[in-house]
Amino acid sequence: MPKINPNEPRPKVANPGQILKRVLSYVFKFYKVHCLFVMIFIVISALTSVASSLFLKQLIDSYILPIMKGEEVFASLLTALCVMAVIYLCGALSTWAYNRIMVTVTQGTLKNVRKDIFAHMEKLPIKYFDTHAHGDIMSIYTNDTDTLRQLVSQSLPQIFSSAITIVSVFCSMVVLSVPLTCVTLAMIVVMLLVTRVVAAKSGLYFMKQQKSLGIVNGYIEEMMEGQKVVKVFCHEGESLDKFNKLNDDLFESADNANKFANILMPINANIGNISYVLVAVVGAAIAILSGEAMLTLGSLASFLNLNRSFSNPVSQVSQQLNSIVMALAGAERIFNIIDEKPETDEGYVELVRAKKNSKGEIEESKKRTGMWAWKHYHKAEGTVTYQQLEGDIVMDGVDFGYNDDKIVLHDIKLYAHPGEKIAFVGATGAGKTTITNLLNRFYDIQDGKIRYDGININKIKKNDLRRSLGMVLQDTNLFTGTVMENIRYGRLDATDEEVIAAAKLANADFFIRHLPDGYNTMLRSNASNLSQGQRQLLSIARAAVANPPVLILDEATSSIDTRTEKIVQEGMDKLMEGRTVFVIAHRLSTIKNSDVIMVLDHGRIIERGNHESLIKEKGVYYQLYTGALEQS
Amino acid sequence: MLKTLAKGVKGFEKSSVFALIATVMEVLMEVLMPFIMAQIIDAVTAGALNSVIIYGVIILLLAFVSLASGVLSGTFAANASAGVARNLRRTMFENIQTFSFANIDKYSTAGLVTRLTTDVTNAQNAYQMILRMCTRAPVMLICSAIATVLISPSLSSLFIVAMIIMGVALFFIVSKSHEAFAQVFKRYDDLNASVQENVSGIRVVKAYVREAYETDKFNRAADELYKMFVKAEKIVCLNMPVMQFVMYLCIILISWRGAHLVVAGDLTTGELTSLFSYVTQILMSLMMLSMVFVMLTMSRASGERIAEVMNEQSTLTNPENADGEIADGSVSFKNVSFAYSEGGDNVLQKINIDIKSGETIGIIGGTGSAKSSLVQLIPRLYDATDGEVYVGGKNVKEYDLDALRNSVAMVLQKNVLFSGTIKENLRWGNKEASDEELVAACKQAQADEFISSFPEGYDTYIEQGGTNVSGGQKQRLCIARALLKKPKILILDDSTSAVDTKTDALIRRAFKEEIPNTTKIIIAQRISSVEEADKILVLDDGKVMAFGTHDELVKTSDIYREVYESQKKGGDDDAEN
Repeated sequence: MPKINPNEPRPKVANPGQILKRVLSYVFKFYKVHCLFVMIFIVISALTSVASSLFLKQLIDSYILPIMKGEEVFASLLTALCVMAVIYLCGALSTWAYNRIMVTVTQGTLKNVRKDIFAHMEKLPIKYFDTHAHGDIMSIYTNDTDTLRQLVSQSLPQIFSSAITIVSVFCSMVVLSVPLTCVTLAMIVVMLLVTRVVAAKSGLYFMKQQKSLGIVNGYIEEMMEGQKVVKVFCHEGESLDKFNKLNDDLFESADNANKFANILMPINANIGNISYVLVAVVGAAIAILSGEAMLTLGSLASFLNLNRSFSNPVSQVSQQLNSIVMALAGAERIFNIIDEKPETDEGYVELVRAKKNSKGEIEESKKRTGMWAWKHYHKAEGTVTYQQLEGDIVMDGVDFGYNDDKIVLHDIKLYAHPGEKIAFVGATGAGKTTITNLLNRFYDIQDGKIRYDGININKIKKNDLRRSLGMVLQDTNLFTGTVMENIRYGRLDATDEEVIAAAKLANADFFIRHLPDGYNTMLRSNASNLSQGQRQLLSIARAAVANPPVLILDEATSSIDTRTEKIVQEGMDKLMEGRTVFVIAHRLSTIKNSDVIMVLDHGRIIERGNHESLIKEKGVYYQLYTGALEQS
Repeated sequence: MLKTLAKGVKGFEKSSVFALIATVMEVLMEVLMPFIMAQIIDAVTAGALNSVIIYGVIILLLAFVSLASGVLSGTFAANASAGVARNLRRTMFENIQTFSFANIDKYSTAGLVTRLTTDVTNAQNAYQMILRMCTRAPVMLICSAIATVLISPSLSSLFIVAMIIMGVALFFIVSKSHEAFAQVFKRYDDLNASVQENVSGIRVVKAYVREAYETDKFNRAADELYKMFVKAEKIVCLNMPVMQFVMYLCIILISWRGAHLVVAGDLTTGELTSLFSYVTQILMSLMMLSMVFVMLTMSRASGERIAEVMNEQSTLTNPENADGEIADGSVSFKNVSFAYSEGGDNVLQKINIDIKSGETIGIIGGTGSAKSSLVQLIPRLYDATDGEVYVGGKNVKEYDLDALRNSVAMVLQKNVLFSGTIKENLRWGNKEASDEELVAACKQAQADEFISSFPEGYDTYIEQGGTNVSGGQKQRLCIARALLKKPKILILDDSTSAVDTKTDALIRRAFKEEIPNTTKIIIAQRISSVEEADKILVLDDGKVMAFGTHDELVKTSDIYREVYESQKKGGDDDAEN
């Protein structure tokens, strides 16, 4: 896990108090009692260390000095030591107890935070993932929760503990000797001032270092990525020269940044030492000059210990501040994703299992019938009607833009009767994929209407709408798990037999059986152990097991070898049988078999018709098809 | 590994040694201080204000020396460790520049980047820790122990017992927690991997309405992780209480025994109080040691990874008395077999072909048919495992590598543009190229038109990875860059796949007209890209299936005919502009 460097420049947090409050309420929500106990144990633990310092006074004044004068006090010393032993034991136990409880509080809170982020992330609209870099989203799970961990587990308890220690030590010091307390306070002021100066310098150099580090890392990434090109162009020398220059810059700023980070601790520690000596000398003078009337030897010894216990938490707190601000910046990002507006769903039409009764009317069925229907409530009349799921899709005058001010699809009109195959053809960026993303409401349209079996899709519950649409995307995303689990993703209650049947339909069964563990082979990191073609076959099988009436297919453009391509193609063809299919087509065989071909250009349908009619038209489609090079 | 890494200290030996000395100095002062403090307490007991002041001044001096040594130690350690980091980065980068393609393949790009960045940072921190904490803890432990023996031999046995107890406890905690954490981090990585899957596969999740299912799955994993974290951290949180327990135990025992010794006159009150300071110092050093130990084991893996790159030997060597002149663009393969790794499967088998200078050769074959492997042997990006490759009538192994590669321009399949202006990128091909030459090359590669349409033309800045130009534009820029080398042999490895058919044809026509004497080898998926070539090579599974003109192959080669027919019907509409 990455460490927070206390000397990194502080990021800006808009409302640190508010965020801290929210973090605390997050912690308290589930661990109120825990936190109460933690505080109690921290107080006990802090008081124990003060008691330990004060005990020295008792030991010297009440026992050792009298003993030296010949008084027989060993018996009461033993009692006193026993009392101390009990106090110490309590102290050590309290330390253990609060550390132990904090483990639960910290990890429990992190667990809740992770769950909340994830559950909320799943609800976010696709747009969120389009507009946020995946690396940034991941960083919330890794870096930001980690800084939060440090805040909850270390910074907060330490600050509380330091505060208790500072207050109780301060009170004890005042009781023991007011003049010595003044000396101690004066040195604390010096310490804080020095810390401020050094920290400011250090922060400055740290910023420089981060900047050079960013440049060097960027250069390294770029050059490693292009290393083969460097070789091909014999560019090694130039590449190295530039690197050496950047690397030397980084060395210089790293040298300075670390220097200031390194010297803060010894400086503070020795200001502490000087404070200690000053107290010793001044205290000794007071003790001797006043004949121990104002200060006993024991008090002096105790005070010296207290002086130590006072300097340490002060310098700790001042060093802690940076990590707190860092953590709050992380927490802010965490809360930002949790506050992000989730996908809304105002649909009310449901998809239900259906059967036909004796009168031929459609009614709801509890059992699996293989027939589905849209259950349509009519609020005004208070009635329910059923409409059989057929896969009839109509788009009428649809305009769409990712932002309102930039429309990328214009006046899209199309209809697909059940069982028809619609192919989209056009250059990259023409809007083929965008159209298909409107059908399942990954994005909402700006204008026009999309109807599914005659129902406006805005009225259909999103989940039910998506359940009725199968999707095979160009980027095949598979999940960590067995092959069986990955196919079953299409329908969770599918039996093993149904999964295998789907795999057979998709032409995937053959290669799966040749995997080391067959259907139980584990797939990891997006199935990197499978070839591109095999991954595609699995995603086809996944759609097959879902058995939806409407299918959206995005044919892969990446070149897979001819044999596999043939197998994949056959799998897709079998999957398409008997369904309404929208296919973003790249292969001519697919296109030729389509009922309707839509040629898209810059977000508009510029030609439509079947293969023969479009060829006759001698338009854009003809050019694409023949790959004809017009002599210009 | 250490021997390799030690080379990184070069040039910073002085800083390192000074850092060590300063650290030891600082520790000595810190150990001396309680000793003098004991004298002050005793002087107070005796009522001698003069000695109090003298000793006070001495401690003050010690404190200043300690402060100075601390600052010096910090400064030198920062310098030395930053220097080591610089050296390691430089040595690795230098060595990577000598890597052959085979070496590069061995490490992934991400792997090399991690070694040069994160791993170096780890090594830098580790080295700084060695200079400071690793010296500090043992020196303090030993000096404090010696001090206690000097002050009171009879009490020092107590310290030894305390040290042993603490040492054993720490050993137990460190080894147990190390084990537990190794498991936790593995699980943690798994959890993050599954988040990653969800982020990149969110469309699949939503298309199949699996949000609730994924959330359930994640919650179970998060619960499991929570349990494992608690189990591991439970062990670590014993650290502080054990330390406190041992310390308090010592204080009580020292108080009891000490009181007796004071009465017997074997110990002064001041000395007794100083013993309390030494207890703390000794136990703190032990804690620090265990911490340093854990951190160093964590950075060991980084050190090993760095050493691996530093020790990697290039698999290709420049011949002695190398030939710097390439006569012409003829290429021939004599019985060439090739495997990517020693003892691995041959991806090319017994290849025998002759290409005359100035010919245009097309290469067709499915994925895995080793088209790229074949052409990469020509500029000696890899060495043939068996047989010989000849360029300009001489074995490629006889040429100076730079001279060979400057005469053989290769446009890689996975090509890269670098951050910088278009001009800067093009001049990779020829540093001295005039603006006119750049434009001429771009015209041939059909890139001039779109470059001119950019507001800043040839001075347009290309972002890292060329993300601000389209795939087809990128490919054309890469071709222009290769043309600027004025090569004798030009190899295009599937370099026009994202260019539309029309532009593709224009590029080929330009080649024919502008550089007729250059041997052109074109790997393509589209038959139309190779149709007009002088000869077409059909590869399948690493073997030459056919080599001839288009018309011959349509008649004689089954594979070629099959691809041709399917594409004739298939056309292609996946062209991108």
